[in-house]
Amino acid sequence: MAMVLRLSLFLTVLLLSLNPSSALYDDQVGLMDWHQQYIGKAKHVVFHTQKAGRKRVVVSTEENVIASLDLRRGDIFWRHALGATDTVDEMDIALGKYVITLSSGGTILRAWNLPDGQMVWESLLQGSKPSKKFLSVMNFKMDKDNIIFVFGGGCLHAVSSIDGEVLWRKELTTESLQIQQVFQPVDSDIIYAVGFVGSSQFQTYQFNAKTGELLKQSVAAFHGGFSGEISFASDDILVALDATGSHLVLILYQDEISFHQTYISDLVPDSSGVERILPTKLTGIFALKTDSSVVFLRLIGEYKLEVVEKINSAAAFSDALSFSEGQKAFGLVQHVGSRIQLVVKLDNDWNSNLLEESVEIDPQKGLVQKIFINNYMRTDKSYGFRALIVMEDHSLMLLQQGVIVWTREDGLASIIDVTTAELPVEKEGVSVSKVEHNLFEWLKGHILKLKGTLMLASPDDIAAIQAMRLKSSEKSKMTRDHNGFRKLLIVLSGAGKLFALHTGDGRVVWSLLLPSLRRSGSCQFPTGSNIYQWQVPHHHALDENPSILVVSRCGLGSDALGVLSFVDSYTGKELSSLSLAHSIAQVIPLPLTDSTEQRLHLLIDASGRAHLYPKTSEAFKIFQSEFPNIYWYSIDAEKEIIRGHALHSNCGLEETDEYCFNTRELWSIVFPSESEKIISTATRKLNEVVHTQAKVIADQDVTFKYISRNLLFVATVAPKGDCPIGSVTPEESWLVVYLIDTVTGRILHRMTHLGSQGPVHAVISENWVVYHYFNLRAHKYEMSVIEIYDQSRADNKDVWKLLLGKHNLTTPVSSYSRPEVVMKSQSYFFTHSVKTMSVTSTAKGITSKQLLIGTIGDQVLALDKRYLDPRRSINPTQAEKEEGIIPLTDSLPIIPQSYVTHSLQVEGLRGILTVPTKLESTTLVFAYGVDLFLTRIAPSRTYDSLTEDFSYALLLITIVALIAAIFVTWVLSEKKELREKWR
Amino acid sequence: MERCKRLTCISILLHLCFSLLPSTIAISSGSAEGYTISGRVNVESMGAKGFSLPAKVSNAKIILNGGQKVTFLRPDGYFSFHNVPAGTHLIEVDAIGYLFSPVRVDVSARNPGKVQAALTENRRSLIELVLEPLREEQYYEIREPFSVMSLIKSPMGLMVGFMLIVVFLMPKLMENMDPEEIKRAQEEMRSQGVPSIANLLPGTGRS
Repeated sequence: MAMVLRLSLFLTVLLLSLNPSSALYDDQVGLMDWHQQYIGKAKHVVFHTQKAGRKRVVVSTEENVIASLDLRRGDIFWRHALGATDTVDEMDIALGKYVITLSSGGTILRAWNLPDGQMVWESLLQGSKPSKKFLSVMNFKMDKDNIIFVFGGGCLHAVSSIDGEVLWRKELTTESLQIQQVFQPVDSDIIYAVGFVGSSQFQTYQFNAKTGELLKQSVAAFHGGFSGEISFASDDILVALDATGSHLVLILYQDEISFHQTYISDLVPDSSGVERILPTKLTGIFALKTDSSVVFLRLIGEYKLEVVEKINSAAAFSDALSFSEGQKAFGLVQHVGSRIQLVVKLDNDWNSNLLEESVEIDPQKGLVQKIFINNYMRTDKSYGFRALIVMEDHSLMLLQQGVIVWTREDGLASIIDVTTAELPVEKEGVSVSKVEHNLFEWLKGHILKLKGTLMLASPDDIAAIQAMRLKSSEKSKMTRDHNGFRKLLIVLSGAGKLFALHTGDGRVVWSLLLPSLRRSGSCQFPTGSNIYQWQVPHHHALDENPSILVVSRCGLGSDALGVLSFVDSYTGKELSSLSLAHSIAQVIPLPLTDSTEQRLHLLIDASGRAHLYPKTSEAFKIFQSEFPNIYWYSIDAEKEIIRGHALHSNCGLEETDEYCFNTRELWSIVFPSESEKIISTATRKLNEVVHTQAKVIADQDVTFKYISRNLLFVATVAPKGDCPIGSVTPEESWLVVYLIDTVTGRILHRMTHLGSQGPVHAVISENWVVYHYFNLRAHKYEMSVIEIYDQSRADNKDVWKLLLGKHNLTTPVSSYSRPEVVMKSQSYFFTHSVKTMSVTSTAKGITSKQLLIGTIGDQVLALDKRYLDPRRSINPTQAEKEEGIIPLTDSLPIIPQSYVTHSLQVEGLRGILTVPTKLESTTLVFAYGVDLFLTRIAPSRTYDSLTEDFSYALLLITIVALIAAIFVTWVLSEKKELREKWR
Repeated sequence: MERCKRLTCISILLHLCFSLLPSTIAISSGSAEGYTISGRVNVESMGAKGFSLPAKVSNAKIILNGGQKVTFLRPDGYFSFHNVPAGTHLIEVDAIGYLFSPVRVDVSARNPGKVQAALTENRRSLIELVLEPLREEQYYEIREPFSVMSLIKSPMGLMVGFMLIVVFLMPKLMENMDPEEIKRAQEEMRSQGVPSIANLLPGTGRS
């Protein structure tokens, strides 16, 4: 019976999959998907609030995004993501209408139109060597033009802000000159450039701002040497640290250079360690950072310094803001208990505050990192100040009049890893259907829908229908649903914060700034790396909450010590954390769980030892039984070696840790480093389900897929070819792909693509591999598919053998045996560059697969696997056509309706995650980058449930109509019969 | 003269736009490492020629070699990549709502100034680097307007339709039949026993 059901299901799937993949109607946008736009951690902020009209703030971020935000609500007006290497160095506003950005190491200057974000001009600034970057916009009163002064690449440029033309250019690249500051005193047309020559000479240049003429150049030597930054002590005095870091050096630079030293310990008695001057743009006050505190110093009298304040808690301060005639203010923000305190002061008067506010802050946001202030006129003509604050978790918030006006969770722009967690099961007593209050409401809703389908609805009705569909609280409930659409997405951001997002509407359910991922004395540079499902209770352990494991490292090197933390997926509380005594090179989640359904994990450290977690005796016992069956591989990218490993023995020599094991190397594959370089690897997803090994092909024949969990795809290129397109010729570049069994180290298949190069993106699923690369001869991207079939089972088709028991179906499948495999392969052209690639996954693996291709345009294209089938031929036979084989074309089609992101873009796309739902036909797709996007797709349409727009009302009406018709005909026939009888 | 050497400007329309585009040639002499590729994106269908690009295209990105460099369009549709080494490069246009073919651009080191460009999709070579979309992309399925046919075609419609046929048309057909023929058919049925679908179907085919 089950077989019949399955067969019929299979047939339906086949039948339905003949249609092109399902597309979206434009009124269905937002029903199944959500899209969130972020910008990343703010680096530079420029306010634009002078004129009436829309108040806005322009932000450039660590993700190389330039965005204009609405100052009232924090929404994005426009946004541009620059290229990955095009880091924004400086930003400013010119002419009151252009945003000027300096990027790519001070070589590219662009102007963007402030209202709509259109690029106005772009200029390339020639530079010869890397240097510090400075940008300032100067306004000459008599001209309409603003002149932009740019220092970058060792050259000083003056650029017209109307069209980006370089007015003059001065090279400041004498030997070992390091320009430290380029600045221009207010109301003067002299530009100063100061810097160090070598370690002990101080040099200044003075230029005429209009002509670029070198007015003056002077050099002076200071025997103590310099280190670090230069800052301003006052308008005409600079301050720097000497080479030992123990003295402050005041430098008088304007006419004659002279130096004055002050011993730091005299000023700050209990300071220790090496200080540094914080880069400030304040005048009159400068800041010194010591180990534990920030010290503000002020110049009093001639060359005499005085400590004005010492702040021991975390603090941030802004640049000086000139808000009225000659008055400059700056903002200082610090933590006071659970609140943050914002103080705005005049930069020459420390004792009085222009503004003092404090506001309660979410402890999960961490410490303040940056502050930018802006002033406005209050209604009573006094000055008010607002502050944009960047927090430790990369969020951005606006503080005004003692309240947080808005907050942006921009930490979500830098997602490192994603996993999912199920929601809690619906409990007794919780009302299920709060949506449809009664039958009348329900019917009314459906009648509205029916009106919509019959095109009878008025515009008001249509709006009501749309609102009803979008608002449906059904999708955002906090419990598990029957179809498994509602889940929690748990993401780890670059700032070390965990977020749980609801798949229904994308809201943040909880967030946690992981204590173990914050900088502390023992762990200087913590970096989060991966998250795993630690405990997934089902069956008997249902009462417990699921938990996840966050793996992080204390530093960037491979031998940095590891930190594990365990977080409850429902509440977002850290259950415990472990600081490990070993490093983490690899984490292997084992397919074993203990009695509380905690998954066993094997952590491999840099010295090749394996450590078992959780460290319980029960886990150890379970592990012991599987001890000889655990294999893994490691890739040494520097030496081009792939090694296979197995466990050896308990490493009880120096320590009595029974959860630590020595490993042994089983096999290794050494690639010739002069001709091959590993650029990409891929494996099958651990949780992938395959429904059947058999594949029925045309004319009732059966082939068997080779399904192995231990398949590794490796792509290597010629060492010359490991660079962007355009720098190699087809003759000197090749691409070799390997399929390797990771248990035995056997190379199952090797194929060479001559004249091709990377980048290679590959996906393995079931018995096939699809990879994307660049074909230099055709100068087009190509995608290839390799399908692997198991020949050892091919004889099982003979019915007689089956009857006589001469089949090998009962022989166990072993990873050690040598498989008899047959490869089939085919290549196709593909139009776009690819950023990432993934494949759909469903609960039972019955539904046909779609490839999800993240294109260079930040869209996600769903491409049916049937287009990548090595059995495609130019003229398929009738039987093959019936099976659904598409005639061969040289390139893969791009059907605009099959973009799962429809008309949206996932800016800065980095990864695509697919999550199976309980409904076999459907899978959730989560694409992340700077933006987040989630949708639900059905690769073979939703064959197992009614679609969203199924009209129940029409069904009801039909049934009613049928019943009415039965009655009418019954009455009629009665009458007719009566008449007959009378006759 | 030196500028001409350095600048591999493909756009023929330079004489037209010279006054509009001073920034294209604002490359001061210095140790330039490569060449400059300049071109234009043209979206004709919107009717707006020259200065204002349609809103959709103003957000377009021009991508060199799969993300090595990214640039944006100026208001008049021009773009340029600087410091590009000699070789064969690939330029892609990312503009939502349009499909652009990637363009293969050969920057020759031997004879500077000579540049060849060709669309990779249809191998059409370009005389000037003016990129035009192959087609506009429609991301949504268009909802068919309501028609009686679609209602009838739906399962419910078919059900109602079949019922109507049975109720109203069948008796009419019976009436039109010759009474003798009915009688003969009835006899035939009796002689055959219980009629099954299997032998009814070919029977209808025969008659």
